[in-house]
Amino acid sequence: MKERNLFHTVTIAVIVLWLLLFALIPNIIMFIVSFLEYDSQSFVKAVFTLENYKKFFTGAYFNIFLNSFKVAAIATFLCLIIGYPFAYILARSKSKYKGLMALLVVIPYWTSALIRTYAISYMLAANGLINTILIKIGIIDAPLSLLYTEGAVIFGFVYTLLPFMILPLYATIDKFDFRYIEAAQDLGASKLRTFYHIILPLTSPGIIAGTVLVFLPALGLFYIPSLLGGGKHIMVSNIIQEQFTSNVLQNWPLGSAASVLITVIMGIMIWAYYKSSKSFRTKVL
Amino acid sequence: MKQQETLVELKNICKSFDGKSVLNNLDLTIYNGEFLTILGPSGCGKTTTLRLIAGFEQADSGDILLQGKRINNIPANNREVHTVFQNYALFPHMTVFDNIAFGLKMHKVPKNEIKEKVMEVLRIVKLEEFIDRKPHQLSGGQQQRVALARALVNKPLVLLLDEPLSALDASLRLNMQKELKQLQHKLGITFVLVTHDREEALSMSDRVIVMNRGVIEQCGTPKNLYEEPNSIFVANFIGDVNVLNGEVLGFEDNLIKAKVEGRICSIKTKKELNIGDKFTLLLRPEDMRIEKLSEHPDTEGLMIGNIETKVYKGATLDTTIKLNNGTVIKASEFFDEEYEDFDYNMNEQVSVGWVSGWEVVLKDERA
Repeated sequence: MKERNLFHTVTIAVIVLWLLLFALIPNIIMFIVSFLEYDSQSFVKAVFTLENYKKFFTGAYFNIFLNSFKVAAIATFLCLIIGYPFAYILARSKSKYKGLMALLVVIPYWTSALIRTYAISYMLAANGLINTILIKIGIIDAPLSLLYTEGAVIFGFVYTLLPFMILPLYATIDKFDFRYIEAAQDLGASKLRTFYHIILPLTSPGIIAGTVLVFLPALGLFYIPSLLGGGKHIMVSNIIQEQFTSNVLQNWPLGSAASVLITVIMGIMIWAYYKSSKSFRTKVL
Repeated sequence: MKQQETLVELKNICKSFDGKSVLNNLDLTIYNGEFLTILGPSGCGKTTTLRLIAGFEQADSGDILLQGKRINNIPANNREVHTVFQNYALFPHMTVFDNIAFGLKMHKVPKNEIKEKVMEVLRIVKLEEFIDRKPHQLSGGQQQRVALARALVNKPLVLLLDEPLSALDASLRLNMQKELKQLQHKLGITFVLVTHDREEALSMSDRVIVMNRGVIEQCGTPKNLYEEPNSIFVANFIGDVNVLNGEVLGFEDNLIKAKVEGRICSIKTKKELNIGDKFTLLLRPEDMRIEKLSEHPDTEGLMIGNIETKVYKGATLDTTIKLNNGTVIKASEFFDEEYEDFDYNMNEQVSVGWVSGWEVVLKDERA
């Protein structure tokens, strides 16, 4: 009994210490820094200011912010449109290979995302796979500019983040009691109305979980807009990255403020998820 | 019984799942306004029969008629048949009101009319104060009532109930049995109940159908099935029964002189039997009579056994008697005011008989 208590205490203490040192404290530091003034000599000056946040609500930075949300939202929506029917068919399948099929969704992700993103950029390039094939079979004469477009960035996000949409949807739909569908039909509901009134609301925790899991990384993965957007289509993640790593800019307070804003948005989305899952008494995460 | 008008007819229905036959040339008639129970062990095809009527399954062959019209190809959402599901299947994200109003909304009933109808049916099932609750905030019995209300509010031609009481505890189940029966009587809607619980079937139904392995074994009123089962299966399923072997010895007037497990007796039956024929005699435990051997010094021509167990049940004394040939007989005797302290000793040797005329003769099923 005593030994077990000791084991418990040590395990929990290690986790708490780890989170404290590498998650909570850095976040608090970042939160504080986001309210401080930029100084080119010593990175930050201990003077309180709201300037960093103001920048994101005005001018060029605001447009980047808006555009980031637009791109992330389109990518999330596409993931949902592609992922929902897939997850639904998979969850309703009676095949004994159901589990294997769910695993197949994840297998491409055993390769580094960075390598796969480079692979996409080679495929989309002017002399890349897609253009070469289209020219060879005579559909086009000159190569299309596919790479370094917003479309390429969105494609990259959808490709990279689709499993994060499919898996929570699969988990919710798999647990969905299909007798509700029979009950709805029994009471006179057509297939479409059954979907709208019963299936959609009852699988919404999965939809929200998937949306959170796709939308937030879409705001944060800086290498996809870097590699596929070619610097022309900058997103918030690129701003944060550059403020911290570029030798020229190095505006830590500004980067911190952007990062805090994303954290706040994440917090709101997780809260919304929690509320929605509570009202149905089902949980995915 | 009043004039019976056919409401639902199943003709020559066959249904199999994955090559395994579940229903075999099933014929079934449901009359308007009756309370019909389909009784049978699990896997007998009773739920499949219900699902065929509801439209959740398609028959492989045969016709399903509702008010004389073939409805095989009409989808579930266009049939005027509603179901109370085994686990109610109440929509968890909707309040009691929305659950009940769902069917009306789907039928595009005007809003103010919906409210009126929902309130009316809520009054019938006595749940007015729970109108804004979600299903998980209700007890099992209340959920059951909501499920009933939801299915009844559309005034279906037939209400199908798939083991609706199986999730309730025993005392609540008895209450709901009474309420269901009253409700059916009040509304005059045809109820078709599926159950494996014989007491449920006997206490609520106008008519009971006993199913086994995809075919109807017997169909009749509860009294009819209990007193005149036409097979050992039905007799066993409808209650406790003693199955005894007999042999025809001769004929006396309208009676058969027979030997049953050693006992020489006279039996009345309409079955055609010849001298030497073997037959099966069915007797309920309460038909049995035990006599002390002191009254019968000569045991020739009697059914003799030893008291094996006895259980005092308050109103009855239940005993089992092991006959000399190994057959065990169950008896259930009511206490009689004249013999207030009647009792047996364990292992006491007794003679076993029955109330003449209460026996059921079946032709030997093994022959």
